Amino acid sequence: MSNDVYIVGIDMIRFGRFDDAKPETLAAQAALMALDDCGKTIHDIQAIYAGTCNGTMMGQRMLHYIGQTGVPVVNVTNACATGATAFREAYIAIKAGIYDTCLAVGSEKMGKGMLVPKNSGGTPIPTEGLTGSGVMPAVFAQMGMEHTRKFGTTFEQFARVSEKNHKHSTLNPKAMYQKETPLEMVMEAEMIAYPLTKLMCSVNVDGSAAAVLMSEKKAREAGLMNRAVRVRGSGLASDPFTERNLVMQDINTVTRLAAKQAYEMAGIGPEDVDLVELHDCFATAEIPHYENLGLCAEGEGGSLLDSGATRLGGKVPVNVSGGLLSKGHPLGATGIANIYEISQHLRQEAGSRQVEGAKVGLTHVVGLGSASAVHLFEKA
Amino acid sequence: MNDGPNDARPVAPYTAIDKTGAPYLIGSRCSACSATHLGYFENCPKCGVRGEVSEVRLGDHGVLYNFTIVHRSLPGVKVPFISATVDLDGGGTVRGNLLEVEPDPAKIPFGMPVNVQFRSASIAVENGDGYIAHFFVPADRGARAR
Repeated sequence: MSNDVYIVGIDMIRFGRFDDAKPETLAAQAALMALDDCGKTIHDIQAIYAGTCNGTMMGQRMLHYIGQTGVPVVNVTNACATGATAFREAYIAIKAGIYDTCLAVGSEKMGKGMLVPKNSGGTPIPTEGLTGSGVMPAVFAQMGMEHTRKFGTTFEQFARVSEKNHKHSTLNPKAMYQKETPLEMVMEAEMIAYPLTKLMCSVNVDGSAAAVLMSEKKAREAGLMNRAVRVRGSGLASDPFTERNLVMQDINTVTRLAAKQAYEMAGIGPEDVDLVELHDCFATAEIPHYENLGLCAEGEGGSLLDSGATRLGGKVPVNVSGGLLSKGHPLGATGIANIYEISQHLRQEAGSRQVEGAKVGLTHVVGLGSASAVHLFEKA
Repeated sequence: MNDGPNDARPVAPYTAIDKTGAPYLIGSRCSACSATHLGYFENCPKCGVRGEVSEVRLGDHGVLYNFTIVHRSLPGVKVPFISATVDLDGGGTVRGNLLEVEPDPAKIPFGMPVNVQFRSASIAVENGDGYIAHFFVPADRGARAR
């Protein structure tokens, strides 16, 4: 028997705005749903890895709502890579042979509006808008503009990413928004930071997702291999030094580093991937990430999108869930929600948005600052 | 040339004022790998060498590497403005607002030469009186006007 690690239970709540909720109550909901998905209880869990971006000890507080069993809880924060990092820690613990059943959970209660970096530079007045802009839309607008500079990618192509992912979301009952946004609507929406209009920015929503992971031995004993999803590769990288990274955040190199790790661990390549959930926090990010994840050659991201290959029904559908753009982006939950989406397809349980014959799926997230996690999955 | 008031304080921590009263951008240069970074570093973020980094005065001319036009910002920030990333001649990359160019992507060519100028922060933000910050202006027009 191999020492592979499997997802045996996974679920997410429908993302939305839950004014009375706390991160731990949302986490508790998702944890119970994931446990129900594999017919286990909190008493079967040997260790918990809990991710949220605001505050700590969320995992312990979650247990107040579902059973304080005394197991080790590790609280994880890694910006928008938080959920995927928590998942990876659970994976590592089982891979190391320390535990055979772990829970990974991610949860976020978001504020409304734009995410603004804190005035951490100790400057006498805030520098936002005075020394350029460091808000998320501006950061990712520049990611797109760098692609435009190098390869001529157009505003319309970036807008089409949003049109595509919003269309996908109409098939996902767990997406925050399930509305089509035609290309013209996307392009004519309020401009936030060129080339990003409001409809090209992900939605700040509340949400949670959780996964139960098991060793192969335990999953077989429990009779859970039928719907189990095998973790084939797990990559996590921080941003290496690149020429302008300290001033203009380089989201590409960190992604490439994590992807390389995951592909090498899995012993497969991008050509083997049947569907992808990647970090479309802003529409500009998706096209460069096609290249960063090896779905196409350098500079061909725009034409890959234009070809329809990344739409549902195409060669390698991307963000069939609706992506962060339409499903929503509760920071700490996103990484596990992406894994949920891939798992549903590999289990052939994705309903009307099912990617036919999906055998291998890839998830990708980036937390600015930076962290990128890439995972590869295959049906057991 | 800079038109900030003489007693105005620079906002960014990587700004200094020389003996003649002229503000400039501070950088760090690594003697091991020759990388130049904006701001002060004790050890080199590129090669990790310790204690081989010295403070340098960064150039006041460069080329536009990248930009976005920000239309929605925080209260007190004047919009729209161009947030520009500029590679300075002699090394170092710095972000700032690009002035004296129409905020229209068709009129902002990548690679355009720019000068670094220090001006009152009040041209960009409402609470900027008494402070100065670096801005970029097109190199040709900046030279003519001054």
